[in-house]
Amino acid sequence: MINIQNLHKSFGDNEILKGIDLQIAKGETTIVIGPSGSGKTTLLRCMNLLEVPNKGTISIGDNELVFGENKKPTDKEIITLRKNTGMVFQGFHLFPHMTVVENIMEGLVTVLKQSKKVARDKALKLLDKVGLLEKSDSYPHELSGGQQQRVAIARAMAIEPSVLLFDEPTSALDPELAAEVLKVMKELSLEGMTMVVVTHNMSFAREVADNIIFIDNGIIAYKGTPEQLLSNTTNERIKHFLNLVSD
Amino acid sequence: MNLDADTLRILGIVKDSFFPLLIAGVKFTIPVAVVSFILGSIVAMATALARISKYKSLNLISSFYVWIIRGTPLLVQLFIIFYGLPAAGITMGALTAAIIGFTLNVGAYNSEVIRAAILSIPKGQWEAGASIGMTHTQALIRVILPQAARVSVPPLSNSFISLVKDTSLAAAITLTEMFQIAQQITASTYEPLVLYCEAGFIYLLFCTVLSILQQKIEKKLERYVAR
Repeated sequence: MINIQNLHKSFGDNEILKGIDLQIAKGETTIVIGPSGSGKTTLLRCMNLLEVPNKGTISIGDNELVFGENKKPTDKEIITLRKNTGMVFQGFHLFPHMTVVENIMEGLVTVLKQSKKVARDKALKLLDKVGLLEKSDSYPHELSGGQQQRVAIARAMAIEPSVLLFDEPTSALDPELAAEVLKVMKELSLEGMTMVVVTHNMSFAREVADNIIFIDNGIIAYKGTPEQLLSNTTNERIKHFLNLVSD
Repeated sequence: MNLDADTLRILGIVKDSFFPLLIAGVKFTIPVAVVSFILGSIVAMATALARISKYKSLNLISSFYVWIIRGTPLLVQLFIIFYGLPAAGITMGALTAAIIGFTLNVGAYNSEVIRAAILSIPKGQWEAGASIGMTHTQALIRVILPQAARVSVPPLSNSFISLVKDTSLAAAITLTEMFQIAQQITASTYEPLVLYCEAGFIYLLFCTVLSILQQKIEKKLERYVAR
């Protein structure tokens, strides 16, 4: 499903990603952990081209994009890849001037050119799925953070991407609200959604992840199942990190 | 009540002049302001988009336009258009000249308002639009501009109210708008204090109505505002 090869990304002279290789199979949930500044978020943002990599290959589904010195993707290629990936942001970024249901319909109507009626029906189904059907006509600011993030998940799912990317989806939420978001994410994971999640929530990682990757200083320092990585690791660097974030 | 002859005469002038002034205001001041503001806003939007676009040449042209218009007095611009351009073979009526002058002026000032409003919308909104597959233009139209519009209502109202008053400058290029009429009546009655205060009062009246309208629009747009 996802195949990333030798991915490099720099901001000016500062090289954030120093050659990432990553394969993710369909239906897998991959949790990305690592110290701050290690490149987790940058990796995720490269996967839907909110950041354009300097070098390497990204293929998601049937789309393969190669980046290099003189190789930049066209706008069309970027859009095609983005339609194939959904993104959930740490700060939600719902559209404040649209109601909840309109937020979810937006991608269907504007991007996929579906009729409003078809889009609304689908949006309501998704809202039901994240448990917020009764909030369909509210505006985002009338919702709690946890509710906003669940709407954001529904919005990302609406265009039926083949992979959902989560960038620290619960970092801006208190534990109680985080729990309701994590519950939705866990359901999606069990249903076989392909997901890549950047998070510091280790209990969630242990529970949901098929694979955990540990990014340190721009490279994947370790990759394994939750048991391998969290329980039996002998790597001192990872042990140190896990001690810091352990709940 | 015993009013002396002089007071009665002034009241008579006020009574006779009020409606001609008001009518000139409704027939010229308001339409000139509205037409110029609408045309000017279109110019302003194009200029704002040109200034934030990634094309250097568009940045340059739009910055040059804003620089020229903001850096020279409106009265001078009107004189150039109405009295100056005929020397270059371009002749037009006072009304056309006034509308062109005001449009260019509004276009330059409002482009800065619109540019600032667009830049005030958090980057996350662009990214959220992009993440669901929107093109840059779709994100601009569907996500950014509706939010920017709300932010720009107070400064745009400011600019419109300013424009309503600035239309009085068109008196200097022979347009018979409200202030020109006040000048004409003053010339025959020799009561500048009364007439000019009266004209001022009617401008105040117009602007008060506009301020109330502004509050209504802000209220309407308030419903989705968090923070």
